[in-house]
Amino acid sequence: MRNVITIAKREIGAYFSTPVAYVFLVIFLAMTGAFAFFIGGFFSRGQADLLAFFSYHPWLYLALIPAISMRLWAEERRSGTIELLMTLPLSTTEAVLGKFFAAWAFTAIALSLTFPMWITVNVLGTPDNGVILASYVGSLLMAGAFLAIGSCVSALTKNQVIAFIVAATVCFLFTMSGLDLVLNFFRGWTPEILVDTIASFSFLTHFQAVTNGVIDLRDFIYFFSLIAFWLFANVIVVDLKKSA
Amino acid sequence: MSQMIVLDKLSKSFGAFTAVDSINLSVPKGQVLGFLGPNGAGKSTTMKMISGFLEPSSGSAKIAGLDVTQSPVEVKRHIGYMPEGAPSYGDMTTAGFLRFVAEIRGFNGAEKNRLIDQTVERVRLTEVFNQPIETLSKGFKRRVGLAQAMLHDPQILILDEPTDGLDPNQKHHVRGLIKEMAADKAIIISTHILEEVEAVCSRAVIIAHGKLLADGTPEELLARDPHHNTHLITPQAGTEDRVRKALAPLGVLDSVAGHDTQLRLSGATNQAVSAAIRDAKLSIEGLYVDRGALDDVFRQITDPEGLNHA
Repeated sequence: MRNVITIAKREIGAYFSTPVAYVFLVIFLAMTGAFAFFIGGFFSRGQADLLAFFSYHPWLYLALIPAISMRLWAEERRSGTIELLMTLPLSTTEAVLGKFFAAWAFTAIALSLTFPMWITVNVLGTPDNGVILASYVGSLLMAGAFLAIGSCVSALTKNQVIAFIVAATVCFLFTMSGLDLVLNFFRGWTPEILVDTIASFSFLTHFQAVTNGVIDLRDFIYFFSLIAFWLFANVIVVDLKKSA
Repeated sequence: MSQMIVLDKLSKSFGAFTAVDSINLSVPKGQVLGFLGPNGAGKSTTMKMISGFLEPSSGSAKIAGLDVTQSPVEVKRHIGYMPEGAPSYGDMTTAGFLRFVAEIRGFNGAEKNRLIDQTVERVRLTEVFNQPIETLSKGFKRRVGLAQAMLHDPQILILDEPTDGLDPNQKHHVRGLIKEMAADKAIIISTHILEEVEAVCSRAVIIAHGKLLADGTPEELLARDPHHNTHLITPQAGTEDRVRKALAPLGVLDSVAGHDTQLRLSGATNQAVSAAIRDAKLSIEGLYVDRGALDDVFRQITDPEGLNHA
């Protein structure tokens, strides 16, 4: 556990030692705001909630989260530091977790900086703060799932651009799998159970359930198990790629 | 435990390619072992297996009595490893990087600072202590890599080309450091620079095509040179014939290619040569005992047919 923290500290330092962190934070905050006010119609809806704000998070994450995760392992492999890291006395799991938690903590910082939205809506009306809190937790968990996918993909390549594009594509499939666009393709010829399974893998379905105020433990478990699965795959990929 | 590193039929293949082919080797405490070999010979791959980065395809490597595949994390505590090219995190400062390595190695607080201060002083990094590593010169980067490897005073040091990219003064300093640390450690270095082997190694092995081809002290390897301990004689102009006549009975006398006047005498002792010169009152301009060249031994062992001129 101590090693996980040491790795995470180093990774967070790496984010902030380059302009990447600041560029990301500014863009993230500008875009969450822009989506909520202009596209989501925050004011014109006339309701004291943050649904207009949260419902665009999956789409925003699709573009921005792979940018955080792309360097996690690809950079280590490109610069050769992976050889240094993996010959220090720590396990692959500790390294994977440390990097993941650093990226997740960074996302949490970005997300927490949207607090003016929460203040605004509380000034304007009396929203259900329980739902807002659940939505924040749900959004963070969804970001974690995106990051776990991105981290695993990043371990597959030395090239950060490839890591970004592949991660964004995989995340896109996970996000879209609940929409009719994808499901209609399967509906005609596959059994209902398979369609339901595909739909159940959707980020959107689970995230919308949370933001609509339906607090179902299964939605949280879904994101946690997705994170666990992709990080497990990440450990395997790092170990396999090392010896190739 | 006197044998710190024991390799038993250690092999590594990548697909159909065998990078390391059944190497047996043991290194006791107090020894500095030099890995010599052409590029792609398997030196780095062997080092990567010893340091636990790569898993052997077959065979085993034991470090301080522990098997590298069975207790990888424990083994890594005993080893200081500098990978080829001395990679480090460019965005960190020297100080930040060494602190990170120290923490992963389990040091904290005063102990951590003491180790870092001591290492920085030994490796001479004080002036770049707070500078980002990516802004450092190649020589400093290399020494940051070295500092990272020796920080925890490991029993075993594996250094892949430790002096590559250093200027002659820095090379001399690093070689001095390695010799200084040799007494209570087992050290393996790889190098292309053959003079380095003579300067720091107490033993050298030559590896080519993944196989261990020669093993001995630098002197023993030198003795494999057919010119080892031959005499190179330059007679004074006009006395070549007299010199030839006087020295011919002592051994085999040849002209030296590329030198009009120089003669090479093989198979004679120093005493015999000096007695012959004295007795025949020969005028000699130059007399010198050829120790042989590791370069020639190296070529002869790794490339006997002279195929790889390039």
